[in-house]
Amino acid sequence: MTELSTLLAGLPGVDQVGAEQRAASLATRSIKTSAKAWAIDLSIRMVDLTTLEGADTPGKVRTLCAKAIRPEPSDPTCPSTAAICVYPSMVPVAAAALKGSGVHLASVATAFPSGQAPLQVKLDDTRAAVEAGADEIDMVISRGAFLAGDYQHVFDEIVAIKEACGKAHLKVILETGELGTYDNVRKASWLAMRAGADFIKTSTGKVAPAATLPVTMIMLEAVRDFRELTGRQVGVKPAGGIKTTKDAMKYLVVVNEVAGPDWLDPDWFRFGASSLLNDLLMQRQKLATGHYSGPDYVTVD
Amino acid sequence: MTMFEYAPAPESRDVVDIKPSYGLFIDGKFVDGKGEAFKTVNPATEETLAEVAAATSEDVDAAVAAARRAYEKVWGPMPGSERAKYLFRIARIIQERGRELAVLESLDNGKPIKESRDVDIPLVAAHFFYYAGWADKLGHAGFGADPKALGVAGQVIPWNFPLLMLAWKIAPALACGNTVVLKPAETTPLTALLFAEICQQAELPAGVVNIVTGAGATGATLVEHPDVNKVAFTGSTEVGRRIARAVAGTRKKLTLELGGKAANIVFDDAAIDQAVEGTVNGIFFNQGHVCCAGSRLLLQESIAEEFLARLRRRMGTLRVGDPLDKNTDVGAINSAEQLERIRALSQIGEAEGAERYTAPCVLPERGFWFAPTVFTGVSQSHRIAREEIFGPVLSVLTFRTPDEAVAKANNTPYGLSAGVWTEKGSRILWLADRLRAGVVWANTFNKFDPTSPFGGYKESGYGREGGRQGLEAYLDV
Repeated sequence: MTELSTLLAGLPGVDQVGAEQRAASLATRSIKTSAKAWAIDLSIRMVDLTTLEGADTPGKVRTLCAKAIRPEPSDPTCPSTAAICVYPSMVPVAAAALKGSGVHLASVATAFPSGQAPLQVKLDDTRAAVEAGADEIDMVISRGAFLAGDYQHVFDEIVAIKEACGKAHLKVILETGELGTYDNVRKASWLAMRAGADFIKTSTGKVAPAATLPVTMIMLEAVRDFRELTGRQVGVKPAGGIKTTKDAMKYLVVVNEVAGPDWLDPDWFRFGASSLLNDLLMQRQKLATGHYSGPDYVTVD
Repeated sequence: MTMFEYAPAPESRDVVDIKPSYGLFIDGKFVDGKGEAFKTVNPATEETLAEVAAATSEDVDAAVAAARRAYEKVWGPMPGSERAKYLFRIARIIQERGRELAVLESLDNGKPIKESRDVDIPLVAAHFFYYAGWADKLGHAGFGADPKALGVAGQVIPWNFPLLMLAWKIAPALACGNTVVLKPAETTPLTALLFAEICQQAELPAGVVNIVTGAGATGATLVEHPDVNKVAFTGSTEVGRRIARAVAGTRKKLTLELGGKAANIVFDDAAIDQAVEGTVNGIFFNQGHVCCAGSRLLLQESIAEEFLARLRRRMGTLRVGDPLDKNTDVGAINSAEQLERIRALSQIGEAEGAERYTAPCVLPERGFWFAPTVFTGVSQSHRIAREEIFGPVLSVLTFRTPDEAVAKANNTPYGLSAGVWTEKGSRILWLADRLRAGVVWANTFNKFDPTSPFGGYKESGYGREGGRQGLEAYLDV
């Protein structure tokens, strides 16, 4: 028994039924007209536009960067996304493409997505991405160690990676789909925050289920309580499976009513997504023109 | 806009067609009442929605006579499997016309549309579906091989869940082979009258369901009527006592579902965020117009301060206002009279020395409104800890040990419901054994289901509604 495991065991439990009921009830909020327009633009500004495929090429990454900078080429009032999120090998390409745009460059690292590599490999992975120009690192925790109860191991890894990040912001991916319970999500959130995470992130997008509304709500409760206790604000990033504007609205309602308006900002809340952006753009066009366009009126990437 | 301000998202009221005036529903037809018509208002705006007939004793006679004829000639002799078909049909029509019923309920009662749409109306349909299933299986309900109906049931229901209380009364009565005369509350008669139209649409035989509108006098005439075999009442303990007196010495069977002052007990090991939600849901659901509301929060003293801070923060996100807005959490108080009662008891709470906290919210200028309110520093001896307020007002008390929690929870003349919040399963069972309450919710609150019996201990009444047990009230057993 370590001090850390005692501390995590002392966190209040999460009642699964009650938590899911609360999330479902928040999902019934009806966001219309002016509120919807505001929330769509905010959502675009919160997107970490992501491509994490074995088939990623410099060409693919460059077009995605162009899209992140100007998602709606014909409308200068449309904001840029928060960031691009790519594999470390694509960071140099993205860094060149994003230069001067204000769009952040996030790279996954630490043997993403499984995290099953020696610490030294993870550290090298991280340093390489930062040196190549990434200003945000999305790391994965060792779920195996977490589930085995070796919290200290997970904690020490995060501390080491945080150090390797230097000035880059660290997002810690909990991979909640592999943690199994909301109690574990809360424990992992607190563990990551105490170890120095700037953001806690739900998923890699490679494991089902990825982000869900209740999981994100539990994490938002954690960052809210953590700030109250320590004064330090930590961001939250749900990733994977958020595809529609309607989904995004539900997440923003949960942010607003659970963590509070302080988190309604790209510095504190992000969507890890790819197809979500085009749906946001189509809904944006619909609000502006009064009719739906179609997939050919937004760019494929 | 720098804050996320939800734009108004009102449900359209055009889906429901409110007539300027309504008669009584007797023997399958709408007829004029012989009493002086009264108005029913929208409590959120004070606008008059419709004029409604008041039934005199002559009208009640006619309704009971129609119910008697229907019982003897049609409904009583009809096989259960045939009765079930009508009940299933009614249940389906309620689902089909769900939006219309939900809007009308919110207009007449003041409850938020998200509750009428997501709670009341689905439960109404579920109740009819559930009891429809029993109609041809009464021999398997545990009351003998072929239990008989009672005859004509006189039923008087309250204004807090108008259509749901109607369903709780009518569905089991009809399933068991009784016919009914039902009086809805005078401030919320409209969904009962729309239900009468649904009975017509379902081609329910004339006289099986009769709806007589009116105030207390009409209700008294109905329960005292010599040709009524069964009386069922949901409402205040005071009126329940009067009904028990009136029925005493007759052969009428009686069930009463009366007031409550439920304890919601939160232990230090509870899942705290969900316990806060459950507390909010326990007292602010339906503006606290709930007989089983968790109106006494019993907090373990060691977590009281932290819990109350979380509760206040959560109350700050409650949206009070237009009941038809889909984003409204807390609607209007049902009547000026009820608002006055809530105000009076709250003032007494302050005068008794309890500390009052009111959620920051802007209330509409017209209509009947009361902001969600919490009293801390409340003692067992305070009136706000003993009397049913029936509004969005929570009294917070603390306890030190499980034994003290039980003692305080049970120290009330009521005994309708209770809630327990702890992550320890053994403690839930230990408490459930000791709490003198008809329903004990564990890590949840205000959960209703047609399969589950509901009813009180002590001054909260007798008899059970819902479930297999709910059949007993309508069978000659």
